[in-house]
Amino acid sequence: MSDNGVDPRRRRFLTLTTAGIGAVGAGFAAVPFVLSMTPSARAKAAGAPVEIDIGKVEPGQLITEEWRGKPVWIVRRTPEMLKSLETDKDLLADPNSDVTDQQPAYARNATRSIKPEIMVVVGICTHLGCSPDKRLGAGQVSGMSEDWPGGFFCPCHGSKFDLAGRVFKNVPAPTNLVVPPHTYLSETRILVGVDPNPKGGV
Amino acid sequence: MHKLLAWVNERFPLTKTLEEHVTKYYAPKNFNFWYYFGSLALLALVIQILTGIFLTMHYKPDTGLAFASVEYIMRDVDWGWLIRYMHSTGASMFFIVIYLHMFRALLYGSFKGPRELLWIIGMVLYVALMAEAFMGYLLPWGNMSYWGAQVIISLFDAVPLIGPPLAEWVRGDFVISDATLNRFFAFHVILIPLLLAGLVFVHIVALHKVGSNNPDGIEIKKHKDKKGIPLDGIPFHPYYTVKDTVGMAVFLIIFSAAMFFAPEMGGWFLEHDNFVPANILQTPPDITPLWYFTPYYSILRANTVNFLWIPAKLWGVAFMGLAIVLFFFLPWLDRSKVKSIRYRGWMFKTALAIFAVSFVILGYLGTKSPQGVNLFLFKNVYWAQACTVLYFAFFLLMPLYTKLDKTKPVPDRVTSK
Repeated sequence: MSDNGVDPRRRRFLTLTTAGIGAVGAGFAAVPFVLSMTPSARAKAAGAPVEIDIGKVEPGQLITEEWRGKPVWIVRRTPEMLKSLETDKDLLADPNSDVTDQQPAYARNATRSIKPEIMVVVGICTHLGCSPDKRLGAGQVSGMSEDWPGGFFCPCHGSKFDLAGRVFKNVPAPTNLVVPPHTYLSETRILVGVDPNPKGGV
Repeated sequence: MHKLLAWVNERFPLTKTLEEHVTKYYAPKNFNFWYYFGSLALLALVIQILTGIFLTMHYKPDTGLAFASVEYIMRDVDWGWLIRYMHSTGASMFFIVIYLHMFRALLYGSFKGPRELLWIIGMVLYVALMAEAFMGYLLPWGNMSYWGAQVIISLFDAVPLIGPPLAEWVRGDFVISDATLNRFFAFHVILIPLLLAGLVFVHIVALHKVGSNNPDGIEIKKHKDKKGIPLDGIPFHPYYTVKDTVGMAVFLIIFSAAMFFAPEMGGWFLEHDNFVPANILQTPPDITPLWYFTPYYSILRANTVNFLWIPAKLWGVAFMGLAIVLFFFLPWLDRSKVKSIRYRGWMFKTALAIFAVSFVILGYLGTKSPQGVNLFLFKNVYWAQACTVLYFAFFLLMPLYTKLDKTKPVPDRVTSK
């Protein structure tokens, strides 16, 4: 074969464009593989809302239910517990729920809840995803210090949260515990995973 | 026989390949104890692949069945307990060998030119091995498997902007679940072993291109005889195949002693909390990785201060990543004229000693609660912070102290000490 009549510039252009088109094709071919690793339809369906009966929860009691494979804690707070939410503000990093991603707008209030006495939070530490211990009692009865207002203590890296899931200052966890979207179906039944109907109210 | 060999050689470079890599690969004649760990790493890899194949025959990657299938292997499969203990002990032995192999490179400057690429391939191997071990640890679906994976995958959440969707993509679910277990199984038994085998091949090809370093840090290729054979070199086979066989025998004695008499190694090789099935509602009292990850886990946890508007969690992840990435840059951080520690001055010797001690202390602290007091006087987290500073100082000050250090004259030919 002779090099006569070969235009190297044209040849280089053709080689580069062919390789470029090939790379685009490889990119498209990668899409199904990459997307096959996202949560499947079944995983999404398992993320469906969970109905929880809270009628039998006594004041001061905590129940744990599963939603999307995560523990959800529901506490019926006593008047003393509610009072502690007012007095412990100096200990907290974000007492007014300024980080808006951690709760729906309707739970961005003094008790981080729809009804003041009912706390609903996801029981997963915002640091690295451990599930904190329940230390609901105030003071040393929970094995904590004298000024402990009652709340949750993460054994993994020592993060502390109060009875509204608000994070303490100077602990590794950066933000408050997550309040999941939830709505009241009746006085005693809540649905976790769904926001309240904007028309029907709460 | 000769005719058969000739027939093969016409169609495949059998004799040529064997000569190039075994019978006529000339290695320095002054290898010492530290030069066992390369071949031992290869042996450890073979043990892991072989035992892994047989475990795969009985293991079930399903959150409902996984834990029970491991117990089934331990109790009902003939010799299953032995194969499983070989695999679990093998994992820890593999890392012991790899850490000694890497320390050898630090001692004798084996990462320095012309072996930069050899070192980088080795570091990629190390990272791949860590991924292999991490994913394998989820498979028994014990409580520490579950929560360990939960903590480590949560690290992806800390990546700015794309963090949460990235973590979801890695898990294939909103939490660690059946999807996660299944894909980790696929990665652990197919993807990463393939990668490891390929990288080991490339590592050896690169080694045989540049030639082995030695305890004197001298290039033996500088002095060759008339035939072009290095004067200080001896063929890998039979000299080093025989030497390495002795090393393998000793290694297997230690391996067997650990496997038969202390397969759990008091919680260091198999953690106590992993003998409980995964419970998604109950975190173990202390989440600790296995010992070979604890130095980095300590660095992660040592970051407790929000600084420059960046949360402590992101600092922790960044420092942990940097702690590994810095190894890749060693060939360029080290400005010394000499390779081997034998001819370096007191500064490098001190720095390496401090680094090694910090690494071990960080590893120890990674198994303890940050708030406890396990060394003396100070809380573990303060010790970890001090050791983290020393760890990074070793790398970041290296251009300075290797330049200032007074080196000794390097001999022309290798010595036999």
